[in-house]
Amino acid sequence: MSDLLSQDFLTALIAGGLVAAVPLLYASLGELVAEQAGVLNVGLGGYMLLGAFLAFVITYNTGSEWLGMLAGIVAGAAGALVMAVLCVRMNLDQIVIGIAILLVAEGATSLLHGAAYAESRPSLGSPSELAIPGLKEIPILGESLFSQNAIVYIGIALAFVVGWVLKRTSAGLSIRAAGERPEALDAAGVSVTATRTWATLCAGGLAGLGGAYLVIVGAGSFTPFITQGSGFIAIVIAMLSRGRAPWTIVGAVLFGLSLSVATALQLIGVNIQTDYVQMLPFVVVIVVLVLFARRSYLPSALALPYVRGEK
Amino acid sequence: MTSDPTSAGPLLELHGITKAFPGVLANDRVDLELRAGEVHALLGENGAGKSTLISILSGMYRPDAGEIRFQGREVEIDSPRAAIELGIGTVYQHLTLVPTLSVLENLMLGSHGGTGRLDLASANDRFAELARLLGVDFASGARAGALALGQQQQVEIMKALWRQGSRVLILDEPTSMLTPQGYEELRRELEHLKDGGLAVVLITHKLHEAIELGDRVTVLRAGRKVGSLAPDDLRGRSESELSARIVEMMFGEQAAELADAVEVEAAPAARESPRRELGAVALRVRDLALDADDGVVGLSGVGLEVRAGEIVGIAGVDGNGQRELAELIAGQRRPRRGEVLLFDEDVTRLGVREREARGLRYVTDDRLGEGTVGDLDVAMNAVLKRIGRAPFWRGGTERREEIDRFAEGLVDRFDVRTPSVQTRIATLSGGNVQKLLLAREFAGEPRAVVFNKPTHGLDVRTAEFVREQIREAAGAGLAALVISTEIEELVDLCDRIAVMSRGEVTGEVENSPGVEERIGALMVARAGAGVPAGSAS
Repeated sequence: MSDLLSQDFLTALIAGGLVAAVPLLYASLGELVAEQAGVLNVGLGGYMLLGAFLAFVITYNTGSEWLGMLAGIVAGAAGALVMAVLCVRMNLDQIVIGIAILLVAEGATSLLHGAAYAESRPSLGSPSELAIPGLKEIPILGESLFSQNAIVYIGIALAFVVGWVLKRTSAGLSIRAAGERPEALDAAGVSVTATRTWATLCAGGLAGLGGAYLVIVGAGSFTPFITQGSGFIAIVIAMLSRGRAPWTIVGAVLFGLSLSVATALQLIGVNIQTDYVQMLPFVVVIVVLVLFARRSYLPSALALPYVRGEK
Repeated sequence: MTSDPTSAGPLLELHGITKAFPGVLANDRVDLELRAGEVHALLGENGAGKSTLISILSGMYRPDAGEIRFQGREVEIDSPRAAIELGIGTVYQHLTLVPTLSVLENLMLGSHGGTGRLDLASANDRFAELARLLGVDFASGARAGALALGQQQQVEIMKALWRQGSRVLILDEPTSMLTPQGYEELRRELEHLKDGGLAVVLITHKLHEAIELGDRVTVLRAGRKVGSLAPDDLRGRSESELSARIVEMMFGEQAAELADAVEVEAAPAARESPRRELGAVALRVRDLALDADDGVVGLSGVGLEVRAGEIVGIAGVDGNGQRELAELIAGQRRPRRGEVLLFDEDVTRLGVREREARGLRYVTDDRLGEGTVGDLDVAMNAVLKRIGRAPFWRGGTERREEIDRFAEGLVDRFDVRTPSVQTRIATLSGGNVQKLLLAREFAGEPRAVVFNKPTHGLDVRTAEFVREQIREAAGAGLAALVISTEIEELVDLCDRIAVMSRGEVTGEVENSPGVEERIGALMVARAGAGVPAGSAS
């Protein structure tokens, strides 16, 4: 088992972990903003899938990875718009609508993929536009840590920016109030509906971008159900971050590594049934939740519709 | 507060305001006039339409008819923002602070509506300015949820005045959570604010507050303005003379028969209660402790005794552990330490049902939440705590006739106004729901009952009925523990009054004239510090 510490294994683990972490980072960052505003996006994985599929289609047809990323944001935000209209404006149940969005997104993307690409099974090739030159010459870490593309660094920076916005701007204040005590925000003359709608769209756009990354950089192709429960893991990361955005980086890397263990192990020839290894992230979810259940704090008005004058 | 207090005309006028909700005419052609430098007291019972009227003023509701004039100009207040822009600030009865935000963050919420960076420096300046005006003693960085209720209310007042150029301050039942000392403080603050040229609307259901704090009084009844007193009417008349006039406005022809009940609300005075025969110690709690948790107030070292035939009160500002104590006694919570004894039998480890079977009952203050199931009918709610038990259920099937007959008995005895026992309980008024709850807990052979805020939110007549029921039951040997935030009520009802503050019993006093002040002191005391615990006078 000394292979476990070999360069190959570590490179594969860390590199794979980061690739897996990025979609989680974006999705959990978006979900964190929405949760702070009082919207729980059970359909987060659905936004990711929509983003992944449209990003694949656009990148495949135009050859532009940046356009693909943009398409991912648009598709994810479109999914979130449905959520915002039904739950924030019409006050339907967030859990039920969230599940519906997830199921519809799963079904629709599988169907469309089956119709258009089932025969040809095209793939995108390795991403080129997004790379930043010069960093990958450093040994071990160079390969894994610094050969990342721009999206990774943008994501890390974004986590800090979102943290600052939530804490230091009046928009952030409104978002936190909308999730904690919407009636206070309403009485202060700020629209709860608008605040929650924007926060939800933010969750959709970022989750969609995460899905796009998964397809363009991670897998190089779209396959049905490609997100494999990442949406739920991202929700858990958002909850454990307790409203402090930079913590999503820690959570995303932790879960990203547990996702990439499977690939890394196979690479060095350790043969464990993949079914077991693929359970790992979810085992980690359960363990983390048991250990840190007290740590997770959810806004008081999370998943509760706000109707003026009703308690 | 830049207005000119000498301006002659009214600052804000409401004419013919009408607002209907499904089934209720909440405001029926109401007029109201506010002047700078004056406190206008808006008086009325629960449900008289006070809250609706100020919701219209603060932009939460839009009136169906009527007009609002601000400095003589007709205005439309179609959103909270519009009200704020006119300089109308509101302090709602249920505090609307965000507990997880700091005081300063709460104050800045929505302050310029934009999305830009928060201007902490100028916000701190404004905080210091208002802090001087109101005499507050907490820091701007303190977490709002960690402040005492009186302080939270000060934050609310600051929030209402936050924008430069506030003209109107609306206070909705501002005294409901204050100690007598806090009341005095509010009174001083109001003087300051009036001097600053602010027009204040003070909503209250307590007559003596309206007379003491108001420069002008308007009385609402069932959505209509039924009378008002101008400053000239208020000056130079004795309080009892004014009370009599206002009581007549509030209750019309029924005024005479209600004089007694109103007395309790109006002028707190210890009345001679007939001495009851006290029996053995019925309920005893010793050294109860509970850990504080999310939304749960911790208790430490709580001890009490209630004898058969005795009414013991628990005074204190809401949220100081009264509800937790009641739930520990009822068996809905488990203490970390300590014991609950019922006639010397240790019931600490028994569940709700077993305690109930032994004659220990609890009347919750959460009538619509844990007290009743809104979608079930009156009859089913009457047997809610006996589901599955004989004679109402046999062999697992419900016996409707038994249930209905039992419920009809309760409805008769407690004068619950309901079309029938098959009516959904959610359609009943708060007073009638409370009567049914009382009837339910009094049925069977209760030996000790904990009443949690039994008259909260009830109209004067129903409140007096409830108190009378408790008195009668105690006369027949019941041990009653009454939790209330209204000192007047406890003084009216109880033999002894214990005071809770921050999860501890800070003292216990025999009921005697002038006891209110001592209770007030105990309400802000900590056990063992300053005011000696134990019985006095």
